[in-house]
Amino acid sequence: MDGNERISRLLLKQEVDEFLYYEADLLDARRYDDWLALLADDVRYWMPMRRNVKVDDLEREFTREGRDISWFDEGKQTLTRRVRQIQTGIHWAEEPVSRISHVISNIRLLEANPSWAEPAEVAVGCRFLVYRNRVETETDILVGKREDLLRRVEGELKITRRRILLDQNVLLSKNLTFFF
Amino acid sequence: MATTRKDGYRPGLVDISAGQVSREIFVNEEIYREELERLFARVWLFVGHESQIPKPGDYFVSGMGEESVILCRDRAGKVHVFLNSCRHRGMKVCRYDEGNTPVFTCPYHGWSYGTDGQLVGVPYFREAYHEKLDRSRWGLVEVPRTYLYKGTVWACWDSAAPPFLEYLGDFVRYLDLTLDGWDGSEGGTEILGGIQKWRIPCNWKFPAENFCGDSYHNISHRSVDLVGIGPSGTGRRDMRERQMARRLQVAFYERGHQTGVYLFPKDQATPPSYQHSPEVSEYFAHCEEERRKKRGEWGRLIGSPGEIFPNTALHPRQPRTIAVWHPRGAHQTEVWRWYVVDSAAPQEVKDFLRDYYIRYSGPGGMTEQDDMENWNYAHAASRGTIARRYPYSYEQGLGFETENYEWQGLRIPGTVMDITDAKSSEHNLRNLYRRWAEFMEAESWGELATWRLARAAE
Ligand code: FES
Ligand SMILES: [Fe+2]
Repeated sequence: MDGNERISRLLLKQEVDEFLYYEADLLDARRYDDWLALLADDVRYWMPMRRNVKVDDLEREFTREGRDISWFDEGKQTLTRRVRQIQTGIHWAEEPVSRISHVISNIRLLEANPSWAEPAEVAVGCRFLVYRNRVETETDILVGKREDLLRRVEGELKITRRRILLDQNVLLSKNLTFFF
Repeated sequence: MATTRKDGYRPGLVDISAGQVSREIFVNEEIYREELERLFARVWLFVGHESQIPKPGDYFVSGMGEESVILCRDRAGKVHVFLNSCRHRGMKVCRYDEGNTPVFTCPYHGWSYGTDGQLVGVPYFREAYHEKLDRSRWGLVEVPRTYLYKGTVWACWDSAAPPFLEYLGDFVRYLDLTLDGWDGSEGGTEILGGIQKWRIPCNWKFPAENFCGDSYHNISHRSVDLVGIGPSGTGRRDMRERQMARRLQVAFYERGHQTGVYLFPKDQATPPSYQHSPEVSEYFAHCEEERRKKRGEWGRLIGSPGEIFPNTALHPRQPRTIAVWHPRGAHQTEVWRWYVVDSAAPQEVKDFLRDYYIRYSGPGGMTEQDDMENWNYAHAASRGTIARRYPYSYEQGLGFETENYEWQGLRIPGTVMDITDAKSSEHNLRNLYRRWAEFMEAESWGELATWRLARAAE
């Protein structure tokens, strides 16, 4: 990687960091319409379930996207419906609204296409910690890894693909009425 | 109100004739312990699907009540259910969810068991045991009663319990509504990969009674109805077909099973559904026709939520699912849900249904999310010393039950409540608690199998 390329990569990393933190802020501030605007129209949003399997059988650890039942296997249309449901004000699982914080860390740029200097697409890995507290004492902490594919559309980054790998087997939360 | 009371279950907590049930049976920890013994150790429980273990050596770790069990196909192809606990000193023998293995080797001291449960390996058998340990007596504890029905696997700890089909009685026809293909083909279903498992902070009977047919709680799903995830792509979750059908609640008093059904008119075709997807719409139209041909009058019937006593929930319409409400203490439930599709459906239809199922059911399901909120806080708000003094109300439709219900030439087995005009009743919920109380009181299956007494008296 030459000097220019390293600077391009550094700038891109800075832009991606800010983008993901901004996204987390939108979700935590319940600015769902602004959040939806960050999603590409063809976005894939997938959160598999995870099995306990033998170490030599690890390809069966995750349920398969588009084949098996998962926690989420969504496109923009159904994500929009989920937002609209929260916005009805009578979605009792989120009314009264939950207090949610998304903590995003370990952000790493994995790949840029076609180049670091002019990336049309960039793959990003990170960790998430989603903290939800609602009503009085009800508290969920969900931690895991995320792999995002971001695409530049008219200069702006958009989320094109999100894989959410939650570090749980039996889901310890009664429901998943929030976004990752 | 008296302030002294016995700790556990006592007659009167369930008063069916008044349509009242004490909150104690949901929140009392002593009653919970009695339930594990009197209920879960005596009834037939759903443990899985044969398609999860197609090959010899395949296993799936399931649960019965609070306990972990291994559903396994041995080398000869026979299906077994074992307690997942080492006979030596209790270690959980298998901590994987599923897989294939020639033997189960205990991680603790290394005893190993064949897929037929036999103890086949004991470290230092010669040196430490002087070959005196009788290995034939120390195999895995096997659930004595198992039954395979149209792909589903059922198990029961009680050797005195009636055989599975007798436990079901005529209700088997309603179970078929979940297990047969939509076109009426016998057992024409399979399950999708991925069993959802999650925890809800409430007693297991909250979801159980809801799936018996809580026809009253639609209002809690208004948010999703407004937004629309209906398979027809319209505003409602439900299909238009329900508007032309009789809506019935069917309860089996002697068995404790119950379900909702939709009964179509005799000479009218089912209106089209799933209309925004031509392939799916065509598939279901074809199935409707086929089912009526294959099943005759019975083909006019489709199911809505129901429950095999006590904790196996059936959701026979799309989303087709089987759920088990595993008790995890008086105040917590662990749900396991299997998703069902027609084996013969084209891939496109299966994909469409899978998406719809995920959107509807489970923790991510836009419908079920609100149910979990209600069960959680209904339970929490019922735990207090004062709260417990006030029973829940199950009075809807008391006294309006019909025996020998018949409509346009089809007689419906079971005791029926027609809620087409009434909109709702708590008939099916009462039946769950009627049977539950019988189990809490009866000392033996001799008292519980009342249909046998009637037959003997004839
Ligand atoms: S507990 Fe399994 S071998 Fe000792
Ligand atoms: Fe519901």
